[in-house]
Amino acid sequence: MERREFMQKGSGATVLGLAVAAGLMPAAAGAQNAPGWNKTAFETKSLNDAVKALGGNAPVESKDLILQAPEIAENGSVVRIGAQSNIPGTTQIAFVIEKNPSALAAAFDIPAGTDANVSTNVKMGQSSNVYAVAKAGDKYFYAAKEVKVTLGGCGG
Amino acid sequence: MSDPMRIRAQAQGDKVTVRVLVSHEMESGQRRDAAGKIIPAWFIQSISAVYDGKTVMSAQWGPAVSKNPFLQFSFKGGKAGDKISISWVDNHGDKRTDEAVIS
Repeated sequence: MERREFMQKGSGATVLGLAVAAGLMPAAAGAQNAPGWNKTAFETKSLNDAVKALGGNAPVESKDLILQAPEIAENGSVVRIGAQSNIPGTTQIAFVIEKNPSALAAAFDIPAGTDANVSTNVKMGQSSNVYAVAKAGDKYFYAAKEVKVTLGGCGG
Repeated sequence: MSDPMRIRAQAQGDKVTVRVLVSHEMESGQRRDAAGKIIPAWFIQSISAVYDGKTVMSAQWGPAVSKNPFLQFSFKGGKAGDKISISWVDNHGDKRTDEAVIS
């Protein structure tokens, strides 16, 4: 069932690809980056590089940052991860998946009045360490957890 | 062009918890089609939530966020009956904004 779903998704995207190639889609359909999107950060391969690209340096492990992630993810294409930071003045929470093709998965800005507690679904290509990164002041903190993936969600 | 987001915002005390389900392909750019060609990446790059003229959450996403992304966050000071609006932009320049009433 899983594989069949994958095949269908694959062919759907092909149709789209052809439509782009044939010029059926508007010019805006070409790849472009949203304003303010940190391309460098999303191309990094490790926790330290990702933090560096976000504007920090060597993150410190913190017990006040709680990463919620499953021990075993049966389906790597949907893995629910969340992070709660009890570090005062947390202004940013990011998720880094070490063995994904690009390590940084998402970076959330937390304005004052918003809880430093976010969760989302991510894809994982294979079993990997997952990190939650929190920025407080100009310091970066992290929490780590290893997530085992039974079926990868990045390849085909 | 794209389907509406499903937004659920619930006030509890002085806090509003928002859950969003976005309808988007979130193609990673890693997969190959039947002919072995890489399917180009197509994903939401930025998403933000505005309440009462103020941004209460903004995020940058990479292609590792799942297809039809889920997102949960909460903020203080929201009132039931008020509106919250969520907007995203993807790497094709497509945009979408949807509103929901806080319950």
